[in-house]
Amino acid sequence: MSTTPVSIKKAAAAALVAALGVTTLAACGTDDAREAAGKSGAPAPKTVTLVSHDSFNASKEVLAEFTKQTGFTVKVLKSGDAGEAVNKEILTKGSPQGDVFFGVDNTLLSRALDNGIFVPYAAKGLDRIPEAYQLDKEQHRVTPIDSGDICVNYDKKYFADKKLAPPVTFDDLAKPAYRNLLVVENPERSSPGLGFLLGTAAKYGDEGWQDYWKKLKANGVKTVDSWELAYNQEFSGSAGGKQAKGDRPLVVSYASSPPVEVLYGEPQPKVAPTGVSTGTCFRQTEFAGLLNGAKNPEGGKALIDFLISKKFQEDMPLQMFVNPVAKDAALPELFTQHGVVVDTPETMAPEKIAEKRDPWIQQWSSLVLK
Amino acid sequence: MVVPVAFFALFFAWPVVSIVERGLRVDGVWQFGRFGETLSRPEILDVLWFTLWQALASTGLTLLIALPGAYVFARFDFPGKGLLRAVVTVPFVMPTVMVGTAFLALVGRGGLLDELWGVRLDTTVWAILIAHVFFNYAVVVRTVGGLWAQLDPRQEEAARVLGASRWKAWRTVTLPALAPSVAAAALMVFLFTASSFAVVQILGGSTYSTLETEIYRQTVVRFDLTTAAVLTMVQFVAVGVVLAVHARIVRRRETALRMVAPEETARRPRGVGQWALFVAVLLSVALLIVLPLGVLVERSFATSHGYGLDYYRALRTPDPSGTFLVPLLDTIGNSLRYAVVATLIALVIGGLAAAALTRRAGRLVRGFDALLMLPLGVSAVTVGFGFLITLDEPPFDLRASWILVPLAQALVGVPFVVRTMLPVLRAVDERLREAAAVLGASPWRAWREVDLPLVRRALLIAAGFAFAVSLGEFGATVFIARPDSPTLPVAVARLLGRPGELNYGQAMALSTILMVVCAVSLLLLERLRTERTSGEF
Repeated sequence: MSTTPVSIKKAAAAALVAALGVTTLAACGTDDAREAAGKSGAPAPKTVTLVSHDSFNASKEVLAEFTKQTGFTVKVLKSGDAGEAVNKEILTKGSPQGDVFFGVDNTLLSRALDNGIFVPYAAKGLDRIPEAYQLDKEQHRVTPIDSGDICVNYDKKYFADKKLAPPVTFDDLAKPAYRNLLVVENPERSSPGLGFLLGTAAKYGDEGWQDYWKKLKANGVKTVDSWELAYNQEFSGSAGGKQAKGDRPLVVSYASSPPVEVLYGEPQPKVAPTGVSTGTCFRQTEFAGLLNGAKNPEGGKALIDFLISKKFQEDMPLQMFVNPVAKDAALPELFTQHGVVVDTPETMAPEKIAEKRDPWIQQWSSLVLK
Repeated sequence: MVVPVAFFALFFAWPVVSIVERGLRVDGVWQFGRFGETLSRPEILDVLWFTLWQALASTGLTLLIALPGAYVFARFDFPGKGLLRAVVTVPFVMPTVMVGTAFLALVGRGGLLDELWGVRLDTTVWAILIAHVFFNYAVVVRTVGGLWAQLDPRQEEAARVLGASRWKAWRTVTLPALAPSVAAAALMVFLFTASSFAVVQILGGSTYSTLETEIYRQTVVRFDLTTAAVLTMVQFVAVGVVLAVHARIVRRRETALRMVAPEETARRPRGVGQWALFVAVLLSVALLIVLPLGVLVERSFATSHGYGLDYYRALRTPDPSGTFLVPLLDTIGNSLRYAVVATLIALVIGGLAAAALTRRAGRLVRGFDALLMLPLGVSAVTVGFGFLITLDEPPFDLRASWILVPLAQALVGVPFVVRTMLPVLRAVDERLREAAAVLGASPWRAWREVDLPLVRRALLIAAGFAFAVSLGEFGATVFIARPDSPTLPVAVARLLGRPGELNYGQAMALSTILMVVCAVSLLLLERLRTERTSGEF
């Protein structure tokens, strides 16, 4: 198929689009038509396209600020969940969908870097980001933007009613007092599930984690496929879980979930209904990079600079419920009041994750699911 | 014929072939050896076996439960029939995530069945099968029921006057007439259930996986495009076989039918038998369709301080974090606009294809008939990834264009249009057209006077399907919908992806609105149908 002359493809496509054009253009807004016309006519694009995963959000004001500073308008293209979005960039390498990709995390970083989808660019303001986050500091193919911790959350009411102290560490989760209380996500299908598995592997070592999971299994851990199901269906501490009569007071979620429960409480509660077991955390860092083959590399560079600017970094927490990486970015009150500080999260080198991810998931499946 | 062929070549065949080629040809060398290797892996064989038997079981179960429903909708007249017909189609547009939630509320832990009888189905294959019936009930009711309502009951009565038993009259008169549409419905249900993705993901837990979920896993999670390509080829062959079998059945059974207006055939149920059937069908609809939907509605009103409209009110105001750049209510408009465009595309392409297929015979045309059905059986992730690597050159760099949404939606809508229109078009007695021609009508006039009145109903049914599919479409839409114009299902999925009571409640409220929008749209389509009676001969 790749040998088909482009002109034939285009002729066929043109005929078709002409045939469809009447119906479609009549039915939809003319803005798009104008935009398309403008795109092919203007030599220097004024838009810069940011490709990201579905969870990307930024407030309107902040994006407008970028336009004010640089003259470029940001167009955001959401490209599926994190894994899917990265894979799409690898597939379209050299002819990318946009200029900047945001949202590759440490669990997928090696796959992205090994496939060469990014070109090096040292962002302005990098010195404000702690070195611990800079996982590609020799080449600057990616720039750290945010970080977040995957941790076990607990239902405060359950543990208060039972007069039981909530678990704090990985070890606690395997204790008889917490039998049949934990629900986790399948690491193959869910990124918090993967983060939790990697956390246990970082904690107990390449060999030891299997024994730990045997203990968890003996202690009645339940596995579901997605965060949505675990959190909204099985977990007794969330709004959805309460309606669904969820009966698991422990769930693998994020350190930022309790503040979000407050933000979206109806009415907003004074204290978060859920808490975080701070000794069960795995740190995820998300990166952005300039795409190889970007049509607007200048705009892309400006955008990456902007992503680590104080303005954007301070907007992120309430948009994506992650923590800023820039030292000068202050956390919103919601986070300082209801969030927790995770001092010693587990971490793992991206190269090691790339190497071990598949075999570990396979071992995990035969250990826990079978 | 040219337009539909070009449409499928550009938006289906080319992307799929490209992505398969990408997987199977590594560094310029074809990896055909991977077929044997992949297909001999025990876990892959398990997947294939499960895919096949659950699809067969789901199809059988759906026909068993929905065919009586099709009869009731076709032959009985009762108040609220139009509304009920719209309601049974609602599941079709529901985002699967929501439906999974609803089903778990019924058959899962602490669910209704659990509380009443201690029965839990959430980790069994029954949950998958029942959910498949829920989703596909309308396919049978609308495709089979649509034709059934137009069959002239006097033909069967004539057979009985001539001494045939009730059963024999039905078997020799009605059954052969219905068979093609039953086969078409069964085929569509089979293709849907064989390529079922979200239902299996949600209700099957980690225990069950189908070919479709496996292709997704290999593509998105493991990025093993070679294995994904092998599985896609297997899917192609399997779908091809199903379509070939179907084509044989249909060809053997095709007959010209006498058709009348549906209003003339429907009457109130009479006698114990008919009433029992009627009540049984209503009961099954209530249990299988209305109840799960009701759970969602109930939750959309259940706030932490009793029942109220809080979540609905919240839809009008911007989100506290500013995530959705527009009030969530705007998503309804977005969804409707996309769905209208997609329906128009599907009707144009599908209508042209159906017309071409009726007029011409021959192996090539029949092959094209089968080709049009392929999108129903081929993995969405394959098509989506294929789009990315093919439609990437200006002026057809459509990857970021809004038009890709309705195009992708139409791809799934076209098979419905073709399948609902073909049996009707083919059933039109050729002599009527000839008679019109003899009386001096131009081909256009003959089509307008003979075909159109008969086809109107099928066309509206087809439009209803295409519209419903587009309204609820999620996979392709989430992939390209702009952040400032999310569709309703996309917004629901994003809300469910975040903690907090308000998000959960708003997801339920939006789903309820989606149900109502869908039901109302379908009711309007029904209204259009009865505006002018189609019984002109």
